[in-house]
Amino acid sequence: MKYVIVGNSAAGIGGVEGIRSVDRSGEIVMFTDEPYHTYSRPLISYYLQGKTDIEKMSYRPEGFYCDNNVRLERGVKVAAIDAENRRVVLDSGASESYDKLLLATGSRAATPPIDGLENAALLFHFLTLDDAKALKSIVAPNSRVLIVGAGLIGLKCAEGLSATGCSITVTDIAGRVLSAALDEGGASMVQRHMEQQGIRFRLNDRIAKITKNRATFAGGQHVDFDILVVAAGVLPNTELMCALGCDAQRGIRVDSLSQTEVPGIYAAGDCVRCCDISSGQEKIMAILPNAYLQGEAAGVNMAGGNKSFETPIPMNAVTLMGLRVISAGTFAGEEHNAGDEGAYKKLFVEDNLLKGYILIGHVERAGIYTSLITGKIPLDTIDFDLMKAQPQLMAFSRSGRQKMLGGQ
Amino acid sequence: MKRITVNEKWCLGCHLCEYYCAFANSGGEDMAKALKGITIQPRLRIEQAGCISFAVACRHCDTPLCVKSCITGSLSVRDGVVCVDREKCVGCYTCVMVCPYGAVMPSESGAIQKCELCTQRSPGIPACVSGCPNGAIVLENGG
Repeated sequence: MKYVIVGNSAAGIGGVEGIRSVDRSGEIVMFTDEPYHTYSRPLISYYLQGKTDIEKMSYRPEGFYCDNNVRLERGVKVAAIDAENRRVVLDSGASESYDKLLLATGSRAATPPIDGLENAALLFHFLTLDDAKALKSIVAPNSRVLIVGAGLIGLKCAEGLSATGCSITVTDIAGRVLSAALDEGGASMVQRHMEQQGIRFRLNDRIAKITKNRATFAGGQHVDFDILVVAAGVLPNTELMCALGCDAQRGIRVDSLSQTEVPGIYAAGDCVRCCDISSGQEKIMAILPNAYLQGEAAGVNMAGGNKSFETPIPMNAVTLMGLRVISAGTFAGEEHNAGDEGAYKKLFVEDNLLKGYILIGHVERAGIYTSLITGKIPLDTIDFDLMKAQPQLMAFSRSGRQKMLGGQ
Repeated sequence: MKRITVNEKWCLGCHLCEYYCAFANSGGEDMAKALKGITIQPRLRIEQAGCISFAVACRHCDTPLCVKSCITGSLSVRDGVVCVDREKCVGCYTCVMVCPYGAVMPSESGAIQKCELCTQRSPGIPACVSGCPNGAIVLENGG
């Protein structure tokens, strides 16, 4: 059996580990258009901040490819798939055959339709190590930075840059920060916290025009900048599938076995759309844990095993300038407010199930809440009042606990 | 596969396991000196309500969601034990978000800490197991 994996980040690595858990000897060839050993993308903000270094950013140990008998082809772009003959065609024109193919192509920065964006004196994205290196090399204490996008990437970039002492403004057309991961109350708490540490926000506003060093907003006000960072979301890299005639512009569709509609081709990670079990909606959930688990399931299935990834939900754990935030699931249904002083906490309940939660400040043991969502645990089988007060195993029945903790 | 199991009905709620854990991981020679005047940060915790109490520590799952979800690659399985490279960990708490037992603990350094069955200390019996006065925490050596 010969496996080809396109992409060298979490989903691709999950693919390798999935394959090797079943098949120790099949040939694995991995293509990446980046020049690096696998690294953790979310760590680029920590790198910018000086809290980690290139070596510690390695997502797997140095011997990973050798130990797993993987031929890694760095700096090579896969240009097309010849599905009929089961080959991938490279940029160079060369090709590589496969029996099973995993697309772990990830996502790229979206470019918002802003008039004159290309005229910005210095324009950066913030997704890859190269982006972070370029930004780090140019930012100075007297730089004025404008970040377009108050999502996770934009805010982590702001945090990373703030260590240099530069002045930072974050703008978004949305009315709140982290609009995908927080509700209004939670978002305003995060925003206040970051404002107290010197980050300026201009939300619910649209940039009408960008010239060399100036962003002019719809209302006529302007913000001058030296560096412009565009962090306005990501788009799935799906061109390879689209070229096969698949409807994949908004993400490659996969089932719980990570299979695409094309025989022999699997997909995982940020390039994929699948069902969020907390809302029942199909969406892209571009987060690292999902990417790994989906890639791993793909790998196992490619190698003839049987593994499904049945618990995709949106979830985020992030610390912003010292403030801890964890949220997961869908913010629908009945709201239960249970925050204590200096902390924010909301649980969302529908049909006797926990659908989502937001924790800010106190996030300890959040995984117990996550497991209620992914396990679809009927809330009338636990002591929900106790659980609401704090995530704890005490809220389960004695027999439930026994199953969890072993013993008698 | 080594793992700790908890016999809830034997747990006295004395919290000694927490102290033994904190001491075992303090690097100190003398328990009283090592723990005097500090708020302990044990890697297992007693849950207690009314007359029920029990210890919660890492289960060293066969399918460890913390390891699979770790964004940095700091968590890994070594000889069946889920271990953390605390130099590499940036304290993002993704593992806290996914552990269904709430067994991944914060620490003062910012990196997470968790039960490693005392394998980093000296091979043998975890301190909570040997220290429990009532046999409520047991080391299983099952396959």
